[in-house]
Amino acid sequence: MVTVPTGLLAGESPAAPILAVTGLGKNFGERVVLQDVSFQIAKGEVVVVIGPSGCGKSTLLRCLNGLEKADAGQVRLDGQDLCQGQIKWSLVRQRIGMVFQSYDLFPHLTVKENLLLGPLRAQRRRRVEALAQAEELLDRVGLLDRAESYPRQLSGGQKQRVAIIRALCMNPEIILFDEVTAALDPEMVAEVLEVMLGLAQQGMTMLIVTHEMDFARGVADRVIFLDAGVVVEESPPDIFFTAAKSERVRRFLDRRRYERRLKTVG
Amino acid sequence: MAFDWNFVAKFYPLFLRAAWLTLWLGLLGTFLASLVGFIGAIITYARVPGLNRLFRAYVEVSRNTPLLIQLFFLYFGLPKMGIMLESRTAAMLGLAFLGGGYMAEAIRAGLGAVPPGQLEAGYAIGLTRAQVIRHVLLPQAFAVAMPAIGANVIFLLKETSVFSVVALADLMFVAKDLIGMYYRTNEALLMLVLAYLLLLLPLSLLFYLWERKLRHAGFGG
Ligand SMILES: Nc1ncnc2c1ncn2[C@@H]1O[C@H](COP(=O)(O)OP(=O)(O)OP(=O)(O)O)[C@@H](O)[C@H]1O
Ligand SMILES: [Mg+2]
Repeated sequence: MVTVPTGLLAGESPAAPILAVTGLGKNFGERVVLQDVSFQIAKGEVVVVIGPSGCGKSTLLRCLNGLEKADAGQVRLDGQDLCQGQIKWSLVRQRIGMVFQSYDLFPHLTVKENLLLGPLRAQRRRRVEALAQAEELLDRVGLLDRAESYPRQLSGGQKQRVAIIRALCMNPEIILFDEVTAALDPEMVAEVLEVMLGLAQQGMTMLIVTHEMDFARGVADRVIFLDAGVVVEESPPDIFFTAAKSERVRRFLDRRRYERRLKTVG
Repeated sequence: MAFDWNFVAKFYPLFLRAAWLTLWLGLLGTFLASLVGFIGAIITYARVPGLNRLFRAYVEVSRNTPLLIQLFFLYFGLPKMGIMLESRTAAMLGLAFLGGGYMAEAIRAGLGAVPPGQLEAGYAIGLTRAQVIRHVLLPQAFAVAMPAIGANVIFLLKETSVFSVVALADLMFVAKDLIGMYYRTNEALLMLVLAYLLLLLPLSLLFYLWERKLRHAGFGG
C-alpha cells in the first residue's frame, strides 16, 4: 500500500482510508437489500449509520467482515480488496472486530475465557501476554472482579461491555457495532455508550449502527443515512441533525423526536 | 419351595460372568452407536447432499424396528447372504445399529440448539471453521444433548436383555437356563434383577452427577 502524506489529498479524507466501500450491492433472492453503497473511513474516524428498520444496516456491516457475501462492488481494508479471489476471512476478521446487538458471549466459557479464545486460538498469542491485556481491558470497563463469572451471571450492560472488550482483545484496526444498546434496559444503555465514547476518544476507528440519536451526534465524525439499501445522505453530525439536505432524513429525525416526546410524556 | 440362599451362593458367579459379558458388549455397542450417531448428526446438521437422506432413512429404520428383529436379521439373515457373524459380533453390531439412530437424534437436537449467532460470534473473532466447531459449537451442543445421551446409554444397556436370541450366554440366558434346569425361578430372577441394577445404577448416578456439573457451569437444562 502507498501511504499518502496527510494534506496531499486536498478535499478528500484526511488520510488514506482504512476501509473503503465502493458500489456495494447485496440481494437476498429477488430482494435488493443494498445498492451501490459507497463510503470511506479513515483511521481514527467514527462513522455512524442511521436508518429505518430493515433498510440494510446489519447486512452492510455483515458484508464488511464476510458474514454475508456481497453481490457487487468492492470493499478494501487498508488497500486489500476483500471481494476478489480467495480471501482468508479468519485473518481479515482478526482485523475487523464486530459487536452484536445480542452480545453473543459464549455461555459455556467464563468472562476471561471468552476474552482469551480469540487471542489464544485465532492469533496464537502467548497466554500471559493475552491475559494481561484482557485484565487491563476488564479493569478499564470496571469488570475485573467478574473475570471468573459466566455470562448468565451478568446484567445485559455488563455482557455488552464484555462483548466490546472481547473484540478489543484482538487489537482490531476497526470495530463494527450493530445496535449494541438496542436490547438493553434503558438504565444500562449509558454504561455501554460510555465505553464506546471512551474508545472514540482514544482514536479507535469505529463504524456504528445505532438508534441513539444523542449518542450519534456526540460520537460521530460523519453520519450516513441508509434508506432501502441506498445511501441517502452522508454529512457531519452538525449538519445531519440540524440541516440535512435530504427531506427523507429530516422526516425521519422529526418522527424520532416526536416518538421520544411521546415516550417521556407517557 | 422356600427361598434357597444356597442356590444363590452357588450360582451367583455365573451371573457375575454374564454381567461382565453383557457390560462389555453393551458398552462397546453403545460406543459404536455414539460414533455412528455423531457422524450421522454432523451429516444431517451440515445437510451433506445425498448422504443426508440416506442417513435419515437409516435413523427411521433403526428407531422403528425392535432390536430383536435387528438381531435376527444379523445372526440368521446375513448368513443366507454368505456373511457369518459370531454371536458377540452380531449382538454388538445390533446394538450399534439400534443406538446409532437414537444417538444421532440426541446429538442433532444438541447441535440444532446452538443459536447461529454463537457461530457468527466465533467467526467474528477470527476463528476458523474448525475452531468454531471445536470451541463454540460442540461444547454447547453436548451440554444440551447430555441428558438425552445419558438416557440412551441406559436404554441401550437395558436392551442387551435380548442378546440371548443370538445364542449369547448373557444374563437373560443364564437366568432362563437355571430356571429350566432347577425350577428355582425366584432365586434366578432375583439374581437377574440385582445384576442389572448393579450394572445400571452406578451409570445412572454418573450421568446424573455429570449433568448437574454441566448445569452448574451455567447452561444445559
Ligand atoms: N438472511 C436473509 N435472508 C433474506 N432476507 C434477509 C436476510 N437477512 C436480512 N434480510 C432482509 O434484508 C433487509 C435488511 O435487513 P437488515 O437486517 O440488514 O436490516 P437492518 O437495517 O439491520 O434492520 P434493523 O434496524 O431492524 O436491525 C430486511 O428486509 C430483511 O428482511
Ligand atoms: Mg439490524
